[in-house]
Amino acid sequence: MIALRPRRVAGIVLRQALLLRGSPARVLPLFAWVAIDIVLWVFITKYLNAVAPAGFDFVPVLLGAVLLWDFFSRVMHGVTMAFFEDVWSRNFLNVFATPITTGEYVSGLVLSSVLTSTIGLAVMIVLATVAFGLSFVGYGFAIVPALLILFLFGIALGVLGCAIVLRLGPAAEWLIWPIPAVLSPFVGVFYPISTLPHWMQAVSWLLAPSYVFEAMRALASGRTVSWPVLGWAALLAGHAGVNRRQAAPLVARLVDVGVADSAVQDVQ
Amino acid sequence: MISPLRAMGRPPILLVEELRKSYGAVPAVDGISFQIAPGEIVGLLGPNGAGKTTTINMILGVLSPTSGAIRIDGLELARRRCEALQRTNFAAVYAPLPGNLTVSENLRVFGLLYGVRNVGARVEALLAEFDLVPFRNTKTGVLSSGEQTRVALAKAMLNRPRLLLLDEPTASLDPSFARDLRARIRAIAAREAEGVLWTSHNMREVEEVCDRVLFLSHGRILLEGDPRKLPGEHGRATLEDLFITVAREPLALEQG
Repeated sequence: MIALRPRRVAGIVLRQALLLRGSPARVLPLFAWVAIDIVLWVFITKYLNAVAPAGFDFVPVLLGAVLLWDFFSRVMHGVTMAFFEDVWSRNFLNVFATPITTGEYVSGLVLSSVLTSTIGLAVMIVLATVAFGLSFVGYGFAIVPALLILFLFGIALGVLGCAIVLRLGPAAEWLIWPIPAVLSPFVGVFYPISTLPHWMQAVSWLLAPSYVFEAMRALASGRTVSWPVLGWAALLAGHAGVNRRQAAPLVARLVDVGVADSAVQDVQ
Repeated sequence: MISPLRAMGRPPILLVEELRKSYGAVPAVDGISFQIAPGEIVGLLGPNGAGKTTTINMILGVLSPTSGAIRIDGLELARRRCEALQRTNFAAVYAPLPGNLTVSENLRVFGLLYGVRNVGARVEALLAEFDLVPFRNTKTGVLSSGEQTRVALAKAMLNRPRLLLLDEPTASLDPSFARDLRARIRAIAAREAEGVLWTSHNMREVEEVCDRVLFLSHGRILLEGDPRKLPGEHGRATLEDLFITVAREPLALEQG
């Protein structure tokens, strides 16, 4: 087990923070798309409330789901964007010729993502609550593990995305952007998993966000959350997101091999 | 020409043993061995595709050797990568610093990555040393290529490396600054007992700055020696003539 050196992790985070400070074009996407999504779905839910039979409120079900899904996407893209900055500026040789370890580099990307996704989450919550009256009180304490699970899963997918680009080269960037869109039908953001055909359900139960969205729907409908199930989801996400060496050997291998060989050869 | 520290019998700053790198069946570097003593500047010469950059990338730890060993200041790179790279730095024309950060921002970021203590003061000292103070708040990407080379050289000095790898460091510099740089690197190498591996296609520069040269051809070391004596030993008038022979007729030298 190699200890992380905070100074080197801070170097990666500082780089991202300096880029954000020096470029409004990088700051705007942190909240602009999220705000547009919230506004769009507010009007969709209002319309659905107007045409649906009385007694069912679409706002907490759909708007809450959009907010959580956007948070997950922001976390994943927070990791990959920080990584792509090095791809775009052809900086791998400079970075990996320093004493930085893969773990420190990935930790720097994760902390950069915490920085950017927190800004996005804050904007989403303020807009949804202040402007459109969505209350998160109804979700209760369950919102905390829900956000944590989505955060871990977003980190895991972000790291996997970085590993794929390291291994396959910069052109593979276009495989990474659509990952949330590809996953969304499986994890039941807007509908119960039981709506899906059986083979899709089998995939769904392997994905931690599916449990989160089922739990959120249960809460919005006045039912209770199964904490053991949510705990299982946390384990699934945590395994992929935190315990890199043991739970995601494929990712670790891709990152290590990519850093050793293709990072410089392909990206420089 | 050679620092007195070399004569004191200290262990080499860089020790390369039977280093190989193959891409499939094609060897890019084919079992080379050499060392650099403290205070010594060694020129790594050879035509394009000879294996110079592959060798440098393996010493920097960004490319895994197929076989062989690299020791930096006594530390085996494969086993103690972080400690070995803590003592190493480099500047290369093909590795510019991110153009979207300012000069001082780049130096601060890389100062942290190299674990430099009191990074702010170190950055200020290097900005002054490399005449970069007027550009401290300028985005690195908009500097001229010569100015970018100076930024890369300042980065290369951030951690006061024991081993400095310079891949064509004067390629974009004007003659005045190039001469200053050569003098500065020689002074630093002697004072700090640094080992320097220097690649260049400017043979007059190599004669002026290097204590010893290694000629690479097809991934192997073909010739090694003092750049001022080597041409005469092989019946050539100048180092440039010798370089051209290595590039065009390496077999003639191997057999002769």
